[in-house]
Amino acid sequence: MANTADSSQDIAHSAPVTGPVLGNDGRPLKASLAKSLRRQKLRALGLIAPLLIFVLLTFIAPIADMLFRSVENNIVGDVLPRTVVALQDWDETSGELPDNATFKAMALDLKEAVEDKSHTRLGSRLNYEQSGISSLFRQTGRKVKRLDVEETTDFVAAFEDMNKKWVDVENWQTIKAFSGRFTDGYFLAAADLTKGPEGIERVPENEQIYYTLLLRTLKMSLIITFSCILLGYPIAFLLATLPLRTSNLLLILVLLPFWTSLLVRTSAWKVLLQQQGVINDTLVWLGLVADNARLELINNQTGTIIAMTHILLPFMILPLFSVMKTIPPSYVRAAKSLGANDWTAFWRVYFPQSVPGIGAGSILCFILSIGYYITPEIVGGTKGVFISNRIAYHISSSLNWGLAAALGTLLLVVVLGLYWLYDKFVGIDNVKLG
Amino acid sequence: MALPIYASPLQRAWYYGFRTICTLIFLFLIVPILVILPLSFNAEDFFTFTPEMLRFDPEGYSLKHYRDFFSNSDWQNAVVNSLRIAPMATFLSVSFGTLAAIGLSQPHVPFRRAIMAILISPMIVPLIISAAGMYFFYSRIGLQGTYWGVVMAHAALGIPFVIITVTATLVGFDNSLTRAAANMGAGPVRTFFRIQMPLILPGVISGGLFAFITSFDEVVVVLFVGSAGQKTLPWQMFTGLREQISPTILAVATILIAISIALLTVVELLRRRSERLRGMSPG
Repeated sequence: MANTADSSQDIAHSAPVTGPVLGNDGRPLKASLAKSLRRQKLRALGLIAPLLIFVLLTFIAPIADMLFRSVENNIVGDVLPRTVVALQDWDETSGELPDNATFKAMALDLKEAVEDKSHTRLGSRLNYEQSGISSLFRQTGRKVKRLDVEETTDFVAAFEDMNKKWVDVENWQTIKAFSGRFTDGYFLAAADLTKGPEGIERVPENEQIYYTLLLRTLKMSLIITFSCILLGYPIAFLLATLPLRTSNLLLILVLLPFWTSLLVRTSAWKVLLQQQGVINDTLVWLGLVADNARLELINNQTGTIIAMTHILLPFMILPLFSVMKTIPPSYVRAAKSLGANDWTAFWRVYFPQSVPGIGAGSILCFILSIGYYITPEIVGGTKGVFISNRIAYHISSSLNWGLAAALGTLLLVVVLGLYWLYDKFVGIDNVKLG
Repeated sequence: MALPIYASPLQRAWYYGFRTICTLIFLFLIVPILVILPLSFNAEDFFTFTPEMLRFDPEGYSLKHYRDFFSNSDWQNAVVNSLRIAPMATFLSVSFGTLAAIGLSQPHVPFRRAIMAILISPMIVPLIISAAGMYFFYSRIGLQGTYWGVVMAHAALGIPFVIITVTATLVGFDNSLTRAAANMGAGPVRTFFRIQMPLILPGVISGGLFAFITSFDEVVVVLFVGSAGQKTLPWQMFTGLREQISPTILAVATILIAISIALLTVVELLRRRSERLRGMSPG
């Protein structure tokens, strides 16, 4: 207490003197302020830090790992270290086989690789680039154990003896082309491109699956987004113009599907859309469809579009509704009193003001739909699946993780680009829940 | 927008036409969910209404799919797993998330936009990409196929919801209340639990509910990060839908619909209470 009294006297004394304004602890006020601001910032960061570290570890690191895997290619260098060095001097465009020393390096590498069976993993890795190379490695792996490296002098002949494919220059070209630590091979494959002898070229038309798939994903997402606008706009308009009590009641009809488990809604559609399901039964009973000509509504694109429109519709209605609520009804009344008919008043005055809502809802629906996996997987059959289903296939069935990572990276870039747009026009902070 | 008495026939036609269209869209939204309810009481193993059901014959209805759900060990294991994973994931995301939301609401936060972008990112990135990344990374560090792996993945997915709802509640928070408490001698911890926490509790609870639903309803990530020991309810439904679809799934769906109606009611009540506490609406 006494201390404070002293310093307050100090202030009283020092007040007429020009110089930095001092706080009651005798330090310049500016410095104290900066110090307290710094402490505030540190406190805020201290509160955020645990979560930030948690998210970085559990979420950002996995995403970074995926990005890394899409270009990573350590396996060739790890399994065939000597061969990779020996191949550096070989001119792959000459059309001639590598020299005897390279074959010897391959024999030594393979002998070691067979010990921990890493040659089969290498084989399946290179098989993504050139089919048939996997069996080449597996067969040679069995035979190379019996090859005596000390005794043999002509390794080319020894390899040709083990498998004729070893004198095929193409296989060596593939090994050399993918011997780097990093590769663009997965991205090329994801874009239906391949590395030929004359540089990068398109794969034959009938093998262009990813291009077709990407195109289909974008096309169907657009159709779904458009159907959401078509169905969502009238509902949002109705909700925004009705009295508050009624609209709150009707809003429940929108929120209930929004809150219902995705799996429940998907199973509902799986049940409804079946050939012997409720919709077809009703149509037959009404006489709109003959019993022997029931509609095929599931396991095709129609199924995916219907089910996903239903699932994403609340994501369109809610942002539209929140924008339409802010449009003052007096504008439309003013337009009408100036002589506009109903249509003109709506189209020239009301609609332009609701466009931000359409933009927000559309971007949201589009982003959500291009990354969807569950619903297309269940109701989409083979013709109605999206690019995400292909990613899942490569992770769990074909085990081509690099290609899965490359496809995921491409999808991520598209989605982040769209979010950047969303943030620019709507603002991420304006995301509202419920 | 009631119909004025001087409306022309065309306006009248449009008024009723528009309402018919809206009714049809509402039906599209709600009927698929409601149809599930009676179908789950089907006495037969069909996915459509049997003639007995349409005649409201008691013979056509039964609880056998519910009995199957409660006696089948696959389904019961799935329920147990879901109830082991979701609360833990919710606890992690709510405790970390609330602290961080309070930190983010301070007036001076360096790199606020960048931090916010990182914390919200699990909601933005498509689930299949999160699942792929987590599968790769968690198998590197030995978390793939473990209970904690799934819990941490789900906690990460739930965090954006907690951050969004709690920061929204904090926008209306009067900081002079904490200063008053500090002025009266309460320490920071006491101030937090006695003053700040009760006021932001509605936001915390609804954020927690969102996090819980996210985990309870999540299937893509658990499919990749989990193993057979973490087979959750949505996973079991997903396998059921993809392989041999049995009507038991309709009973499960009905139970889940009842749960979501209950949760929707809770969130709505909380929202009203929070607005009332902050004096934003007179009700």
